[in-house]
Amino acid sequence: MSGGQMTSLADQLPALQVALPLAGAALCALIDRRYVCWAISTLVSFAMPVIAVSLLLQVLHGGPVSYAFGGWEPPYGIEYRIDVVNGFLLVLISVMGAIIMPYARASVAAEIPENKQAWFYCMYQLCLAGLLGMAITGDAFNAFVFMEVSSLSMYVLIAMGSDRRALVAAYQYLILGTIGATMYVIGVGLLFAMTGTLNFVDMAERIVAVEQTRSVMAALAFITVGMCLKLALFPLHVWLPNAYTGAPSVATAFIASTATKVAVYLLLRYYFSIYGAKFVFGDLPVTPILLVLSLAAMFAASTVAIFQDNVKRMLAYSSVAQIGYITLGIALATPIGLTGGIVHLFNHALMKGALFLALGCVALRIGNCRIDTMAGIGRRMPLTMGAFVVAGLSLIGVPGTVGFVSKWYLALASIENGWWWLAFLIVASSLLAVVYIGRVIEIAWFRAPTGATAEATEAPLSMLIPTWLLAAACIAFGLDAELTAGVAARAADALFAGLVQ
Amino acid sequence: MRLDVVLRVVTKLLLPFMVVFGFYVQFHGEISPGGGFQAGVIIGAAVILYAIMFGLDRAMRVLSVSVVEKMISLGVLLYLGTGFVGMLKGGEFLNYSVLEHDPIGGQHLGITLIELGVLVTVAGTMIAIFYAFAGRGR
Amino acid sequence: MSEYLSEVVDHYNQWITIFLMVAGLYVVVARGNMVKKLVGLSIFQTSVYLLYISPGKILGGTPPILADDFAVYSNPLPHVLILTAIVVGVATLALGLGLVVRINEAYGTVEEDEIFDKGGSE
Repeated sequence: MSGGQMTSLADQLPALQVALPLAGAALCALIDRRYVCWAISTLVSFAMPVIAVSLLLQVLHGGPVSYAFGGWEPPYGIEYRIDVVNGFLLVLISVMGAIIMPYARASVAAEIPENKQAWFYCMYQLCLAGLLGMAITGDAFNAFVFMEVSSLSMYVLIAMGSDRRALVAAYQYLILGTIGATMYVIGVGLLFAMTGTLNFVDMAERIVAVEQTRSVMAALAFITVGMCLKLALFPLHVWLPNAYTGAPSVATAFIASTATKVAVYLLLRYYFSIYGAKFVFGDLPVTPILLVLSLAAMFAASTVAIFQDNVKRMLAYSSVAQIGYITLGIALATPIGLTGGIVHLFNHALMKGALFLALGCVALRIGNCRIDTMAGIGRRMPLTMGAFVVAGLSLIGVPGTVGFVSKWYLALASIENGWWWLAFLIVASSLLAVVYIGRVIEIAWFRAPTGATAEATEAPLSMLIPTWLLAAACIAFGLDAELTAGVAARAADALFAGLVQ
Repeated sequence: MRLDVVLRVVTKLLLPFMVVFGFYVQFHGEISPGGGFQAGVIIGAAVILYAIMFGLDRAMRVLSVSVVEKMISLGVLLYLGTGFVGMLKGGEFLNYSVLEHDPIGGQHLGITLIELGVLVTVAGTMIAIFYAFAGRGR
Repeated sequence: MSEYLSEVVDHYNQWITIFLMVAGLYVVVARGNMVKKLVGLSIFQTSVYLLYISPGKILGGTPPILADDFAVYSNPLPHVLILTAIVVGVATLALGLGLVVRINEAYGTVEEDEIFDKGGSE
């Protein structure tokens, strides 16, 4: 119990990272006026990247940052611990949240009933707070609490979609998501019983003694299944297509960029920092399991995406495939492979964010995202579809875009392991992406505008600028990957070094 | 004479005891099972019992939907406000010891305010959920 | 024979936890009615509460209040964790039921196969 030695704002940043969106959400619920709530939400989301970037800089220069909540020293109290991995993730989540907010003003006004718009912003900020909290916390049960805060607000965000199928999608996601979270809690319970602590650092030290017991291995299994439900790994992805399709455009763009990534981070934290890579990938058959499931995700989901009539649904299946790439990077269990996985977390968020934002612009003008009604829209809305094309090329993995950077690292890691067939499969699955992106580009640009698309005009500037920011980032970070891949490499090294020095 | 006279009379007799018991659970949370969430549910249950017995309209005249929705956010803001005050006085977020001149008094004040915030939010949430379900299809 | 019996009887709390866990998951998977699925989910979450609390009770331990005569205390931390988990469970159940009410108004039914036939999910 300390009397309080923190005097500067820089010391309080970890707490502000989570407390500000929570306060913003409570204010939005109190003030029921939609444009005031949008303003509060935008202010808060703009403050988030500032805090996250300064935290990441602090970590890159000075090592992990620790913040003891309530003055209680860890492991007795809850600790917020930021190192390179979750600093990177915090920057990603806050930047995506900030870019989407100016876009949201026009999009939300068009897609969501007037009396619910203030509550949309409240739920958005709750989701932001939950995701940031899940990334920043150093306590196992605190991660569950924030996981459920973000998940419950996500269910509400999805259910606000205009179609009645959004309700069924939200319900399905609720059932599966809650099962996943409860599996995580079971795993944490077993770990708590065996090690006696909930703090990550303390757990990493104490688990060494009990690592070979059945309870601890069962805990790993429960946590893996729980987190794989949340990150939508291949057979557990069933909730994702319906959820992404039914949700409003802003919600889809935000959730697609951030939700599954934080679940991947938590899995990484348990695999590398707490259990240790040697135990998880050496003694247990995690590598073949994740490898098979990732390959299944990459191929099966991409193939299903080709046959979809709704472009949002197509991109949702594409997301399942891209998550396969991320878990492939984890399964390779080498520093380069893990770098590829972590940098693909960031890159996929940029690509999918740009794609879903572009689709939101299209939905604003023509009312839906079905591929047959989008004939010729490229000629009527060239800037919007231009961003779509750029992000789509990035998804395929054209050199010079971010998608190429991640696949390069993954292929390099597979060749380093001696698995030439894996590098070949990575390239082959990219060809599937060519087919479904090519379908959209062909219908959008090479057909004459008909029906609804004939009167469509370009999207408003408030929506175009965020879309093009993300699309331009796809190219910028693809040409010069020093920033993203460099930090990802440092994160991978930090994970392999582990918490037990 | 209406058939539910017994229920109505017993409810009217029970309601004040329910509310007092709720506050008892709230303030004794430090030394016996209890605290904000349990007390909020008990007080919410008291209002819900009143709404079930005497009709949703009369309950809404006592606590309207907008009041209940404001209660939810005010409780959260009280909780966060206590945390921010702790931060402004030089401690970490939610550090109670710095709220007053001595740590023990500070802890006492901090926990009381936090639990009050939880009580208001949880009671408001329970009543709001009931209003939302019972008010549909009217 | 008696060792197996003692194994069951000594760990009866763990057996009850496992039974509730599996029963809850079975209801979620096997029942097509949306309300019943939520009930199964609730049972599944309840088993987790038992998983945390029952090992927390130390035989011969008192409530964790400092007193001179007593040295062995039951662990209070699982209770705090489970309070949080109960609140999360209540919120999830309330949200799920709210969604079911809206789905009922939109589709006229809460049976999953009927909703599937009406084009609810693909």
